[in-house]
Amino acid sequence: MADTPGTVLGTSPDEVQFRFRDDDVVDHGTVTVDSFVDQSNATAVRIEPGDDARELLPHLDRIALVEVNFPVFGDGRGYSAARILREAGYEGELRAVGEVLIDQLAYMRRCGFDAFAPDTPLDMADAEAAFARWGNVYQHAADGAEPIWQLRHG
Amino acid sequence: MYQYDSYDQAMVDTRVEEFRDQTRRRLEGKLSEDQFKPLRLMNGLYLQLHAYMLRVAIPYGTLDSRQMHALADIADKYDRGYGHFTTRQNIQYNWIKLEDAPDILADLAKVEMHAIQTSGNCIRNISSDHFAGAAADEVADPRPYAELLRQWSSFHPEFSYLPRKFKIAVIASDSDRAAMKLHDIGIQIVRNDAGELGAAFFVGGGMGRTPMIAPCIRDFVPLDQLVTYAEACLRVYNRHGRRDNKYKARIKILVHEMGAEEYARQVEEEFAHLLEQGIEPPLAELERIRPYFADPEFETGLPSELDRSDPEFALWADSNTHPHKTPGYVSAIISLKPVGGIPGDASARQMHLMAELAKQYSFDELRVMHTQNIVLPHVRIADLHALWSQLEAAGLGAPNLDTIEDIIACPGLDYCSLANARSIPIAQRISERFAAKGRTRELGELKLKISGCINACGHHHAGHIGILGVDKKGVENYQLLLGGSEAQDTSLAKITGPGFDEAGIVDAVETATEVYLSNRTEGERFLDTYRRIGMEPFKEALYG
Ligand code: SF4
Repeated sequence: MADTPGTVLGTSPDEVQFRFRDDDVVDHGTVTVDSFVDQSNATAVRIEPGDDARELLPHLDRIALVEVNFPVFGDGRGYSAARILREAGYEGELRAVGEVLIDQLAYMRRCGFDAFAPDTPLDMADAEAAFARWGNVYQHAADGAEPIWQLRHG
Repeated sequence: MYQYDSYDQAMVDTRVEEFRDQTRRRLEGKLSEDQFKPLRLMNGLYLQLHAYMLRVAIPYGTLDSRQMHALADIADKYDRGYGHFTTRQNIQYNWIKLEDAPDILADLAKVEMHAIQTSGNCIRNISSDHFAGAAADEVADPRPYAELLRQWSSFHPEFSYLPRKFKIAVIASDSDRAAMKLHDIGIQIVRNDAGELGAAFFVGGGMGRTPMIAPCIRDFVPLDQLVTYAEACLRVYNRHGRRDNKYKARIKILVHEMGAEEYARQVEEEFAHLLEQGIEPPLAELERIRPYFADPEFETGLPSELDRSDPEFALWADSNTHPHKTPGYVSAIISLKPVGGIPGDASARQMHLMAELAKQYSFDELRVMHTQNIVLPHVRIADLHALWSQLEAAGLGAPNLDTIEDIIACPGLDYCSLANARSIPIAQRISERFAAKGRTRELGELKLKISGCINACGHHHAGHIGILGVDKKGVENYQLLLGGSEAQDTSLAKITGPGFDEAGIVDAVETATEVYLSNRTEGERFLDTYRRIGMEPFKEALYG
């Protein structure tokens, strides 16, 4: 189905379990990267692990939602895709979908994800603990957190 | 030695809490084994044949007596009174209970240690030259750079689910004592023509089933761009490394299939982009780290003469010391290869003793070598005899560094669930054979390395003599390889021909050494003779 141009994919707003944004949830489906690039009116797109997030860079101003799919949680390409989009200045919703689990939430946040629609809903208490756990970080990433080296040297 | 500040301490403490919580969720059934596996691996916990194994990080192989004592205590409290030092300068415990793991991590955190990323598809603990800060031939101490990269790579949000594991080594001399070119990234700190320090990056080396020597992809990265360049190398790999086949997932395959030039080009592109992102710690951070590795207060005017009146001591001193940059000092090597012993094993009692000796004789510092021995880096020559006497009394005085008894062996079928064959007993039989015949010394430098399967944890590709355990219709069988080196003249060993059974492989090793002895010219090591005369004479003697 993903190959038919224009086919609407993606998660619906009620599948979004965590969201760290104040704007309204985008409530229309996403299309594949290929069909997105071909269409001039699409505003939501879904990235699969093998897609090149950089193909979206010329079109960032018209995107309101990017879903990054994690078909299996061990495939970490989506983390790079997210950071690439944020580094290029993308400010719309960046939603992690698929096999999104408790113990990957914090790293996903750091890479710029601000919405999460896990295939299987997560335990709220465990998820909140996971989001809150790391008060400090060693690296600069896409979440604006000041790395420890910055705290050390001002 | 590096010391944690409150930030570093908070990071390892948080990690302990996190893992305690993960273990709880696993034991409550909230996490499946599939989901838990990468989490426990990133905390050093493997499931082996008989029990869990815990691998504890010893960053760049450096530790102090307090830490060595703590490692001994863990061996006593949670294991069977032993630890096993590994080829990546870490320590492993083979008999761990899952329920105990969080407590062990908490014990480690109290002495500024951890097991973070000692396994899993992430950036592993960073290794370095075991003589760092002591050797005369380095342009700088490589460890501050390794520490900078340790912090960068710890809990890296983008690179914790890589296609495969990722190993980095940092050295700072032309003599390579860390097998740098056999790592995913090997970094050599160098000085350029303008006299500035920088880093040469070698990317895509490795052992395993497809051994590769890493090509240099950039010969000089300025020190204030080190982290950014490493980040670029990793991002290209994370995005494009193969994930369809775990045997082709290491970066060496990507670099090989893409070509080193094209890989380097993509890294440069990513690097240029990342330079705009301001992800590099300021040089002030390196300046903060450096003083921790400053020289201890070496005495001057010490005697450099060795009292050779005790021949057994003289033998040990000749074999197990390495020249030091400061007159009157040497680095002393404690062999963990007693004849017939398990390579790299140390009892809790021995670890305590090594810790005490480090405190007494070596400015409170120890190093783990990738050859599974321990170094006391800064020992006064005048103290050597007293040191040796105590080592000898504890069964730690084997005078066999870099000899055929100084074998690297992986855990093999005695512990490892991936093994095809046992490694440890082969190592034991070989060292016994050569020791009994009194041949060891005559053979000189001869690096023998044994792996229990194609994964090559025992570095058999890099042995002057390598042994690879294979499964031949359900029977353990051993292939013989010759001509590898992990030093600056890195080369990969070649298989001699059909394999041997357990008894046969020990004989075959002996046969190979006989070919060497009858062909060598003055001053030639086994490896030199092999390189000169080639494989044929060996084949003839082995299979003739
Ligand atoms: S080489 Fe094979 S047998 Fe040996 S430790 Fe590695 S995986 Fe296990």
